[in-house]
Amino acid sequence: MSDSPRQRAWAAAASVCDPEIPVLSIADLGVLRDVQVTDDAVEVTITPTYSGCPAMNMIGLEVETALLRAGFAKAAVRTVLSPAWTTDWMTEEGREKLRAYGIAPPAGPAGRRALFGQDVVACPRCGARNTERIAEFGSTSCKALWRCNACREPFDYFKCH
Amino acid sequence: MSALSTIQVVPTPLVHYVVRRADDALILGHRLSEWTGKAPILEEEMALANMALDLIGQARSLYSYAGAVEGAGHDEDDFAYLRRERDYRNLLLVERPNGDFAHTILRQFFYAAYADPYWRAMMQSADATLAAIAAKAEKEMAYHLRHSAEWVLRLGDGTAESHRRVADALAELWPFTGEMFLADAEEQALIGEGIAIDPAGLRATWDATVGEILQAAMLEVPKGGFMQQGGRQGRHSEHFGHLLTELQYIQRLVPGASW
Repeated sequence: MSDSPRQRAWAAAASVCDPEIPVLSIADLGVLRDVQVTDDAVEVTITPTYSGCPAMNMIGLEVETALLRAGFAKAAVRTVLSPAWTTDWMTEEGREKLRAYGIAPPAGPAGRRALFGQDVVACPRCGARNTERIAEFGSTSCKALWRCNACREPFDYFKCH
Repeated sequence: MSALSTIQVVPTPLVHYVVRRADDALILGHRLSEWTGKAPILEEEMALANMALDLIGQARSLYSYAGAVEGAGHDEDDFAYLRRERDYRNLLLVERPNGDFAHTILRQFFYAAYADPYWRAMMQSADATLAAIAAKAEKEMAYHLRHSAEWVLRLGDGTAESHRRVADALAELWPFTGEMFLADAEEQALIGEGIAIDPAGLRATWDATVGEILQAAMLEVPKGGFMQQGGRQGRHSEHFGHLLTELQYIQRLVPGASW
């Protein structure tokens, strides 16, 4: 029993990980939007998380490489902005992988925040909800820096967006 | 690529409109990037660079779209690097020098208090690409608004020194806030077609946000006064030439250079 070319192409594209969060595939992240196969050419559609996310170029390049390695002669990557990516696109599996990796997954659904609203974020290590924000902006566009007041560990939080 | 290329922007109302917004984002993003390596604390180093990245990302999407509308073969880099000073159409507010941290934060707050509701309203644009760019930008600007507003509170209601600095910034930047709400005849036509939104309609929201935060920060809300304009027509302040000198340096030194 063999998979269809589209399934094989999807699997190859989905094997690419976010270079900044290597435990998450672009499928887990919801960045992989569509894969179309015509003859031996593949077109993959991806969407950026943030307008200025510097990982997008690298992700595009790695998707092309993965498809060529999987035996597709021609691979093109298209970036679309609409509909806009939100953290709701992240799979349940992706959220669990994030937590296991030490990054708190987005708390609750994406939506408009009150100007000074504060998320309640559970510590990815000990699970305590007694945590506090250290900085709004973290090591990448998509993360903020938090600290657990129970186990005292600092951690990254994948922001609701 | 010729030795010294300069592109001529195809003068249609939509191209002008998109380039103006792209220029706002690029120039403010560039200003924030000037802080890289010398922000007052590590957390702000990250914050300023992250906000710069969001804005430059928005500029890239907008320039690419302007190039597509033009159909003259200009890409995002051509717009960013190969125009003359007068062809940049950003708000004068965003080209203001960084000054001290209070200046930079207050400038960010003024712009974000405008750009947040602006992009949210633009999500309803009849132009599908602008609506898509807006849907990303409005989330980013909401975050910039929250971050800069928190700092305005901290500085205004902080020490005598921090209060003095943010009060100075307020006096200096206030005359550059009126330009955000103007729309010329060309833009009025786009507003009529549902492609653009009327910036005058954002005034009440901006006044409310700014009034609330300035008051809570123990700062006096300025009442009207003279408002400077000209950026939208390409009439810039002296500071802009210096900014462009750095922004375009590599492309002027090694035309066509790429990574």
